[in-house]
Amino acid sequence: MGSHGIKDQVAIIGMGCTPFTEHWDKSLDDLIIDAAQLTYASAGIHQDDIDAFWFGTSQSAASGLAMGGPLKIHGKPITRVENYCTTGSEAMRAAAYAVASGAYDVVMALGAEKVKDGGYQGLNAFPIPTDGTQRTLTAAGMFSLILPAYAKKYGVDEDEIRYSVATIAEKNHFNGARNPLAQFRRETSAEQICQMAAVAGRLSVFDCAGVADGAAAVIMCRAEDAHKYTDNALYVKALSFVAGTGAGSLDPDYDYTTLPECKWSADDAYAQAGVTSPRDEIAVAEVHDCFTPTELVLMEDLGFSDPGQAWRDVLDGAFRLDGRLPVNSDGGLKAFGHPVGASGLRMLYEIWLQLRGEAPEERRIADHGRKLGLVHNLGGYPGEMVSFVGIYGTELG
Amino acid sequence: MRGIIAAGTHIPHYRLDRTEVAAFFGKGGGRGQRSVASYDEDTTTMGVAAARRALASTDLEPQELWFATASPAYLEKTNATAVHAALQLGPEVGALDFGGALRSGAGALRTALTAGVSTLVAAADQRGGLATSADEAAGGDGAAAVLIGDDTDGPVIAEYLGAGVATEEFLERWRLPGGDRSRAWEERFGEVTYGPLMSQAWERALAATSLSADDIDKLIVTGTHGRAVARNAKRLGVRDEAMIDDLSGSVGNTGTAHPLLVLSSALEQASPGETIAVMTLADGVEVIVLRTTDAISAVSPAMSTAGQIASGTTVSYGKFLSWRGMVSVEPPNRPLPNRPSASAAHRRDDWKFGFVGSRDRSSGMIHLPPARVSEKGGAVDDMEPVPMADTVGTVVSFTIDKLVYSPSPPVVFAVVDFDGGGRAPLELADCGPDEIEVGMRVLPTFRRLFTADEIHNYFWKVAPVRGVR
Repeated sequence: MGSHGIKDQVAIIGMGCTPFTEHWDKSLDDLIIDAAQLTYASAGIHQDDIDAFWFGTSQSAASGLAMGGPLKIHGKPITRVENYCTTGSEAMRAAAYAVASGAYDVVMALGAEKVKDGGYQGLNAFPIPTDGTQRTLTAAGMFSLILPAYAKKYGVDEDEIRYSVATIAEKNHFNGARNPLAQFRRETSAEQICQMAAVAGRLSVFDCAGVADGAAAVIMCRAEDAHKYTDNALYVKALSFVAGTGAGSLDPDYDYTTLPECKWSADDAYAQAGVTSPRDEIAVAEVHDCFTPTELVLMEDLGFSDPGQAWRDVLDGAFRLDGRLPVNSDGGLKAFGHPVGASGLRMLYEIWLQLRGEAPEERRIADHGRKLGLVHNLGGYPGEMVSFVGIYGTELG
Repeated sequence: MRGIIAAGTHIPHYRLDRTEVAAFFGKGGGRGQRSVASYDEDTTTMGVAAARRALASTDLEPQELWFATASPAYLEKTNATAVHAALQLGPEVGALDFGGALRSGAGALRTALTAGVSTLVAAADQRGGLATSADEAAGGDGAAAVLIGDDTDGPVIAEYLGAGVATEEFLERWRLPGGDRSRAWEERFGEVTYGPLMSQAWERALAATSLSADDIDKLIVTGTHGRAVARNAKRLGVRDEAMIDDLSGSVGNTGTAHPLLVLSSALEQASPGETIAVMTLADGVEVIVLRTTDAISAVSPAMSTAGQIASGTTVSYGKFLSWRGMVSVEPPNRPLPNRPSASAAHRRDDWKFGFVGSRDRSSGMIHLPPARVSEKGGAVDDMEPVPMADTVGTVVSFTIDKLVYSPSPPVVFAVVDFDGGGRAPLELADCGPDEIEVGMRVLPTFRRLFTADEIHNYFWKVAPVRGVR
């Protein structure tokens, strides 16, 4: 028994990502078609060259038919995947394993979400019949529990923590302003964010991810076949996933200052990839900044900061484009919005661009000689979540 | 000996200052305060709260539960079964509604006193009328519960001596089913019609108990016809000092619940050997006579009626009107909640209505909601039920959510760790966004979270511990 990973067995040979925005003029079908065409072009192959498909969507459709219909995929397997906000990453993970198993030569994972047809602001849960005793708080409300708990545990002034997480939003808006695919392309300051009205705990609307429609996709093949398609492939170093038990809502030992599922999936991913010092080996990370406190504690759970130090590292600029480990160089969920099924693959798209030197100059990370990029994607709430960590590299070995 | 074994009351936390009505409309209202059920309370939840207080001082499980209200949460469906479930009474305990008429509270009490089985009589009402009306100002919201039995069931604190009844058909106050207000005939008609009925019932009660008016140490007279109560009660011949404050100034008239509420309040302050008469005016007159026993000295409620009255918080008239559905306030732009599933709820009655979790026998960990597989150790189907409704907890973290749907935003929400183990994320009741703090002590309270598709979604919140415990 063990988690062995599939290091260096699978190569990423093409990726595509639509703009993330309020696509009032595009349907789910349009988004699927656009992302697929961009990705086929990136890999330089035709749809018929792909042997199997995985389709990630959380609430926009229900089966593989929703992808096969608009793309007219004939006679091929299409699997719909759903796993909360990690849906896109899970589609990619399943597709990668299918290649690694030898079952298929070339596979595609596509994530798409049409959020803005719902008629309400924010993301809304799919109604499942229940006994009516489930908590009804918004995700913003649940993640807002982190700030007072973190301040208390580490003896940091609540105003200081509040300012620290506002600088996370400032950073991600700064990066998003340099990304033509991002929903929000205006810079804003931590001071402005701190002055905004609170909507959940001390969080303002600008501490929350935006709400957008979008789609992204990836095409993969066996690592040894990558040269047939590109000289510039990315290799899958680690794919880790952990689903919690909801222990944080049950167990008084949980203190809302850490996301254990994220830490476990990161530790597993580092082991799979052979990473021993993430701060020195990871060149760039895309993490799940659904709310600013989430990115704060993720810095610690992913090993980028020491426990209790992330708020200070954030203030010191450690995770800015010019910092020691750029995080969410594309603008993150903050600037992109969060079309649930697409987000995980959008994150991977930025790693694809950055590690291969294709990110536009105004947001390109400095070359520290590091060859690895990390994607972290979560779904759920503090104390009860699913977490994905993927690590990708430009070189085999 | 038969009589009252225990009693308890629930006065909602919120109060309306009656002067606010005239300040808003230029008329209406009056002096003093009236109690106001919070947006998440109804007659069923208030009945549960009062019944829990009544049962807190005794080990006796009643053989019958009777629930009386003129404002039932449901028709056709029995509301007493929700109270029964919240109290975790056994399936062999009967649960009946005495519904519709204001007289049903006093009538249920008298019937229980003359019946042969131990009976918990709970009564609750939510009173009001159109804005600026006399009913709006004079009404109150609240509940009371009285446990009746023989001395073989437990110590009787007030012995039942006898009753007197006068019944007559006349149209003084009425409301059509589904109506938003009560109607009343002109005031003088009721005053003169009730007068003789009061005398008749009074004489019958005195005759039945071989007492004279002079023997009465405390007289409680309640009814929604204020003038008939005030004018005619003076003619019953009891000493002036025997007249008990009917709480109309501080609580308002709680309708069906009111005779039980004022009686329960009086019992909290009574000494042994006091003779107490309770007269109720409602389509005739009900009188019961009781005498307190030595056991009354042991009565020491965790939360007395006087304590509840003293610990209230005023609510603005605007909020009062919105809670009553008389002013529609813009909700958060979020989808309305879904109706709960009847079958899913039924499978978890103990959790949903009783707040009963489970404790893993091997690790001791408490699971809220109850689980089959233990979070610690993974033992399967080795849990015992653990009732949590009376367990105090502490707020370990909280947030104010202004985005989520609520019948009265914002939602005040906390992670609560219960004394002796167990954690649950729960909504706060009776707690404003400025009041909550880490470390606050809270108690579970049975509430109506929302109503969707004509289904009331009942579950537990926590409310700040207030007053003496």
